[in-house]
Amino acid sequence: MARHRLRLCCPHCGVRAVEEFIYGELPTTPDTLVDADARDVDRAFMHGNTEGPVTERWFHTFGCRRWITVQRDTRTNEIL
Amino acid sequence: MNEFVERAITLRWPTVAKRAYDVVIIGGGGHGLATAYYLATRHGITNVAVLERSYIGGGNSGRNTTIIRANYGIPEAVRFYQRSVDLYATLEQETERGLMHKTKGLLWIAHSEAGIRQERARAAINTACGATTEYVDPPAIKEICPQIDLTGAGVWPVYGASYHPAGSTARHDRVVWAYAEGAMRLGVDVFQATAVTGLSMDHGRVTGVETGAGHIGAGVVLSAVGGHVTTIASMAGLRLPIRTHPLQAFVTNRYAQAFHPIVASSGLGGYASQTAKGEMLIGAEIDRAPSYAYDSGHPFLQHCAFRMMTLLPFLRDLQVLRQWTGVCDMSTDYSPVMGFTDVEGFLVTTGWGTWGFKAIPAGGEQMAALIANGRTPDLIAPFSLDRFARDRTMADRGSAGTH
Repeated sequence: MARHRLRLCCPHCGVRAVEEFIYGELPTTPDTLVDADARDVDRAFMHGNTEGPVTERWFHTFGCRRWITVQRDTRTNEIL
Repeated sequence: MNEFVERAITLRWPTVAKRAYDVVIIGGGGHGLATAYYLATRHGITNVAVLERSYIGGGNSGRNTTIIRANYGIPEAVRFYQRSVDLYATLEQETERGLMHKTKGLLWIAHSEAGIRQERARAAINTACGATTEYVDPPAIKEICPQIDLTGAGVWPVYGASYHPAGSTARHDRVVWAYAEGAMRLGVDVFQATAVTGLSMDHGRVTGVETGAGHIGAGVVLSAVGGHVTTIASMAGLRLPIRTHPLQAFVTNRYAQAFHPIVASSGLGGYASQTAKGEMLIGAEIDRAPSYAYDSGHPFLQHCAFRMMTLLPFLRDLQVLRQWTGVCDMSTDYSPVMGFTDVEGFLVTTGWGTWGFKAIPAGGEQMAALIANGRTPDLIAPFSLDRFARDRTMADRGSAGTH
């Protein structure tokens, strides 16, 4: 059964609807990529786009206006 | 032809997979099946397998809002999508299947001076590159679509629009089935409920796929996957310029068959058309956070319905019948990614974001030509994966329809 609303727990404000937040992606360029040019291309254009648990940042725009760190499973939107 | 009465589609399902195929296509959606179809019909390559993890057309091919158009913002894209519009126009005759293809005309509304400039630019670049789009003023808009409130409820006034007469819709399942049937008739093997769990590699070259039913060898592996392409590519050690976002849509109960065009608005972040059954079909922008979940939610419905009602007040009297979600592979520059990769024997057709359904015929035709000739056709050369490293991105965000 699909959940009807993704909620995030802000450590400052409590549990809030996801609409209050702006998504922020953390860089995922692998350390194994050592060539400087290839790293630049990867940082500029490539995404981890993980299917599973990810660590990401959210900015609480309509709240405390602070960045929070969230662990989420992208297959289910479950907050970990 | 009465579109509701026709011969039964005959899909010849294979029982067991061969040990190896010339071409293995991962993903039995529109793009995968169209590529198989054009490989068989145009190039005589029939030793092809299409592997679908669920049922054919059950992913994003069955979740989109079925709009076909070529009014893009950069020359390379206009030419590519115009090819698709042309192929769609004759696809019913070619496949001898009723696809419920209907040319409706598409209005792209401008709500501001910046919007007017954008729509004028769109009309100019479309005309220059072989698509037909003209700029129209509010009285002409009212003539094309009498239901539009030109005041936009006082919030989103309609200042003008670009009008793309070739804008059309087709029944998405039927497109998938028509391609599947045509490919299967010529000997292509399509397997449902067959998920790819790994790629077999030999000296840096992809030589086959691993499935629940065992190993299948392949001369070439094409990922035509929607939504999970990053996972497939990572099996070959590739990283892609793709983020997967959900996109929601809904239909209302039936309205008299009186809404003829397709109406889109970047300002409102939505688009509306009427299905053959009479339901008003309304789609929206992608959800901001990447996700693979098919969750649908009330906040979207409220937001999207409210905005579309300002433009089309008659929607107020309708009820929402159902709502669903698909996942969109959004590329970094909002254009598709087609062709060879750094890994030999592994091709991708991805980045189909919010523009995948309309590209099915041209995408399939061009990828088939690429596989058959071992060379990238000119039409899709600008959309190769290496464009990012070459600093030749195809930035076209304004044509995604929803941004």
